[in-house]
Amino acid sequence: MLGDEAAAHGALWAGCNFFGGYPITPASEIAEVLARLLPRMNGFYVQMEDEIASLGAVLGAVWSGARGMTATSGPGFSLMQEHIGYAIMTETPCVIVDVQRSGPSTGQATKAAQGDVMQARWGTHGDHEMIALAPSSVQECFDLTIDCFNLAERFRQPVILLMDGEIGHLRENLTFPDDTAAVARQERALAGPDEQPFGGAEVPPMIQFGYNRYVHVSGSTHKPDGMRDVSTQSVHDQLVRRLVSKIDSRREEITRVESRWLEDAEAVVVCYGASARPSLGAVLAAREQGLKVGYLRLITIWPFPRAEIKALNEQVATIYVPEMNLGQISREIERFVSCPVESISKIGGVSLTIQEILEPILKKLKP
Amino acid sequence: MKLSQTETPPEDCCEDSNHRLHKYLRQETLPTTFCVGCGCGTVLGAFAQAVDELSLPPEEIVMVTGIGCSSWIPSPYFKADTLHTTHGRALAFATGVKVMLPRMKVIVIAGDGDIAGIGGNHLIHAARRNIDLTVFMVNNWNYGMTGGQMSPTTPQGALTTTSPYHNVEPPLKAAELVAAAGANYVSRWTTYHVFPLAEAMQYAISKKGFSFVEIIAQCPVSYGKMVNMRSGSDFLNLYRDTSIRIEQARELSEEELVDKIVVGKLVERDAEEYVTKLYQVNSEQSAHKE
Amino acid sequence: MAKLPGDPGKKLKAEDSQVIRIDEDYCKGCSICIDFCPLEVLSESDQINRKGYYVPKISREQRCIGCRFCELLCPEFAITIKNE
Repeated sequence: MLGDEAAAHGALWAGCNFFGGYPITPASEIAEVLARLLPRMNGFYVQMEDEIASLGAVLGAVWSGARGMTATSGPGFSLMQEHIGYAIMTETPCVIVDVQRSGPSTGQATKAAQGDVMQARWGTHGDHEMIALAPSSVQECFDLTIDCFNLAERFRQPVILLMDGEIGHLRENLTFPDDTAAVARQERALAGPDEQPFGGAEVPPMIQFGYNRYVHVSGSTHKPDGMRDVSTQSVHDQLVRRLVSKIDSRREEITRVESRWLEDAEAVVVCYGASARPSLGAVLAAREQGLKVGYLRLITIWPFPRAEIKALNEQVATIYVPEMNLGQISREIERFVSCPVESISKIGGVSLTIQEILEPILKKLKP
Repeated sequence: MKLSQTETPPEDCCEDSNHRLHKYLRQETLPTTFCVGCGCGTVLGAFAQAVDELSLPPEEIVMVTGIGCSSWIPSPYFKADTLHTTHGRALAFATGVKVMLPRMKVIVIAGDGDIAGIGGNHLIHAARRNIDLTVFMVNNWNYGMTGGQMSPTTPQGALTTTSPYHNVEPPLKAAELVAAAGANYVSRWTTYHVFPLAEAMQYAISKKGFSFVEIIAQCPVSYGKMVNMRSGSDFLNLYRDTSIRIEQARELSEEELVDKIVVGKLVERDAEEYVTKLYQVNSEQSAHKE
Repeated sequence: MAKLPGDPGKKLKAEDSQVIRIDEDYCKGCSICIDFCPLEVLSESDQINRKGYYVPKISREQRCIGCRFCELLCPEFAITIKNE
């Protein structure tokens, strides 16, 4: 199965019943699978006129009781930034799959890249936190999509599955869970009669439409009851600090990494998504030559696993960061360590090779 | 503070208020923040009147709106579930709402800059799908909230803050566009025609499929300041004097209709509606699950 | 009598006398009600409300036929007409 297809199946297992779509390479297969399967499970595939509208329809559907998702690639992801911000401000749980392709602009439409890492974090305006997960196998496309839906409900927050064209179009085996009971679903918390939908708790429960509660949902600064107040400094301050803090204060709950051979590591390769496999190959090759090189794969990209990165600082001499961009995560790592961080970047739509990652390591450790 | 506090209006403004339409409003938000003589309040009144005439319970309404003065008509004033969205995208959000809650009346009220300008593409495609939404586009011929810049509906030749020498663009005929795109019901009225307007709003809410009422409404402050029409009455007089019923307008040439506001029902059809068809597909497909 | 733009629908019974109530706290003094009453029931006054707007005066209540044109035109829900 393709990574794209696995993500679509993951959505269905997570309970997705609304998909707002717009075709784009290399993400279209997600829409195609869901257009075929959703109607058989009493869900809805709605194809909109652009990516702004497809995420807009998802957000409208979520407030009306749906579990919603959309999927796109760079150019569509750029258009969606407006509604990602709206989803953050209105605390609307939803999942956005970005199958990254080579940019800027139309770039190399059919080629993979990892150039949207920072756009995922800071693409929409204003202060905010973000949750983004990066799969590096077809199985993970399935598993992490389910995690994305659960995180979205848990934190009332848009969650991004930051795939890339390499993983999206990778074909390998996928094992489904034994039955639906094996998939733990985070249920949506709905507000009781005395609960506020936009305050009170750090992650407040929702009030969906159709419950006679006259809920007022607005992307403007609002009070805990949802009513707009765009002139009081403290109202904005409290709202936005809470939106940031509900993620920031629970980093440990969200961040996940996969680490190997860190115990004795004197150098480490930090990778994610498409750069993970050649990195693993390079680390194995280095260790075969007796070099103490560790492997750290980021599964959670945002919030950034800063504790795991800081821990390396005491231990290793150099951190190598292979990426299919010009060093976006490499620069982020530099913020948290004092040891040298070496970016191994490759763009142009061709995957990094084991040799390309191994060479700079050997050059330094085996001169 | 409880949500249900909206039931009791604060003592300050309206404790003894007994306007028959107040029950449809979030009374603690009144009086409105609209400028003196603004048509938005009249549209709100006509809408509340339409809901009242239909005996439509507000619990069965979802209001969806965009950005701009006209988007403030339902948000915060009309007391129903309210989704105040981004600029121009109300129809996209409303599509998601209607698909998930087909039992609810999903009603969009927003301005010309929002619906026909930045959101023009969503308008065309929502009308093409003939989705069961009701759209009231309040056309005040300018971007009022930002201070009176020209909009896609500003009359040709008009002065605005961004067409200071005169507007060289012809205005968009939004109602005609929506009629051509496939909507089931389209009409146009002005705030002067408040009785037929309220009646058209009733009809649009009841009508299955995409229904659209363009409401020409005055902006005596942001727009009026540049064209020297500084009171609401100046505009209502203009609407009265230059409007022409569509039945009469059909007899006239395009030249004769320049500077005329054509009012009345542009189109009514009974084409199949989008959400109904989606549910039909689902009931057909649920038979053979994978 | 000036012509009304369309059928007022459920207008009040003309033979009954009407009570016009102006909620001064809502009024913004736009004068639309004064300008468009078909029977010139309302007129300008020199009375200022709490917000500094000139509120209209009911000068010829007995002429009111209960067409509700002012009630619906008023952008601020400041006028109510009732049968007595």
